[in-house]
Amino acid sequence: MSATEILPRRPALNSDVWSRYGYAILGHLLLLAAWQAVVVIGKLPSFVLPSPAATLQAFTEPNYRWTGNILATASEIFGGYGIAVVSAILLAMVFCWFRPLEMLVMPVLVSLNMIPKVALGPLIIVWFKYGIGPNILITFAICFFPIVLTTSRGLREVEPDLLDLVHSLKGSRWQVYSKIQLPGALPYVFSGMKVGAILAVVGAVVGEFLGSDRGLGYLMMQVQVNLDTPAMFMALLLITAIGIVLYSLVLLLERLVVPRDARLG
Amino acid sequence: MRASAEHAPFIRLSKVGKSYRARGREQLAVSDVTFDVEAGELVTLVGPSGCGKTTILKILAGLHGATGGTVQIGNARFPFDPRRDVGMVFQQALLLKWRRILHNVLLPAEILGLPMAESRERARHLLALVGLHGFEDKYPYELSGGMQQRAAIARALVHDPKLLLMDEPFGALDALTRDRMNLELLRIWKESGKTIVFITHDISEAVFLGSRTIVLTAGPARMADNIEIDLPRARTLDIRTHEAFGAYTRRIYGLLGLAL
Repeated sequence: MSATEILPRRPALNSDVWSRYGYAILGHLLLLAAWQAVVVIGKLPSFVLPSPAATLQAFTEPNYRWTGNILATASEIFGGYGIAVVSAILLAMVFCWFRPLEMLVMPVLVSLNMIPKVALGPLIIVWFKYGIGPNILITFAICFFPIVLTTSRGLREVEPDLLDLVHSLKGSRWQVYSKIQLPGALPYVFSGMKVGAILAVVGAVVGEFLGSDRGLGYLMMQVQVNLDTPAMFMALLLITAIGIVLYSLVLLLERLVVPRDARLG
Repeated sequence: MRASAEHAPFIRLSKVGKSYRARGREQLAVSDVTFDVEAGELVTLVGPSGCGKTTILKILAGLHGATGGTVQIGNARFPFDPRRDVGMVFQQALLLKWRRILHNVLLPAEILGLPMAESRERARHLLALVGLHGFEDKYPYELSGGMQQRAAIARALVHDPKLLLMDEPFGALDALTRDRMNLELLRIWKESGKTIVFITHDISEAVFLGSRTIVLTAGPARMADNIEIDLPRARTLDIRTHEAFGAYTRRIYGLLGLAL
């Protein structure tokens, strides 16, 4: 009997997955080829647009202390982001239990979020000097809000009939929270975390532009003076790579804890 | 009223009314509804959409209190525990997307704190009863709409409630799947021996399933009739071509103001 009912949304075949990765890699290789082609055909000097090879070459320059700068930027991004994720989720959970607190604090957060976080940079430097700590703070400020917002929204999205079902069994508020609200909010948490991950990279780099003594953003400002464009390109590639690593980790975590159909976007 | 003094029915609603305060005005959702349901009966409530049928069901589920009349559930032979003896099925299956089917079925058992090993056994048995043997470890998205609704029925039965309340459970399914689910429900009803109150706005579904059909007119819900459906108990789809079936549906259409 059941076999005659059509199963919707068959899981993708393995070959589909492989061909999707194949296309993704091909797309990146084509971008690389186009980059090289523009440099060669346009006969562009290296300080305008360095070739991929010249960009890689910049990585061999020991004076630029690549490893140290990568570690500085990565720790700002991961540090600020990590603190934002944990505190945003905890705050949203508290909001869910104390609605008056949410009604009091959330509008304030919405207003505060309208402050361009980048413009906080000069103030933060006045207050905390410069260095990794203040940059972590800027990173935190920029990615905290979207995670609070999506998490509280997710905790509120509960089917009324599902609540009736639990209430008909005289289930407790804690049971509604732990069995329905919390797991139901996870897809929303992750959609906020994905937005936050992209913003975190912006926050750290802007912090380094404004005032820092290390990091890839700091390095870019330093080498700009010498028109060392290949090094700037290399720094940009590395910042992007850190962002990709962070984003991939978030996607991987989502894949582990949220079943396919429950994921958003 | 068929019940005599020494035999109380399983459910007795007398002159039940329910009003809400909306925008400062008293809104009547249900008015003067009186009917009995015997233990083991499958009673259907039929009426137009938005006529307050769901309100009656919520009163039976203990989710709303009635604002008038009396509601009495349970008798000496079948005592009723409002915490444990209600199973609910809605128009949407409302399975939790992040749980596998077996785990979904177990939700009421978890909420009631029933022993898990036994409940798991029972959930497997119920999934077999509703025709989902072998789907225990699937996620809801891997099941069709009809199969999800079967899982929802298994979930409503996992804590072995005496009363199963169904609110247009097949309303979102296509016509063929609905026919099949009607037959399945009759089989499940016979095998489980539950008392079922089943809401629908589909007149032919109400007559096909019900041992009795209560006809409600729109806003506020008032009872138009309480009809004993005297059709053979072993119902197959071709019963709908019988003359008596047609007479029942004609009568209900008439009560709802739709002359054929």
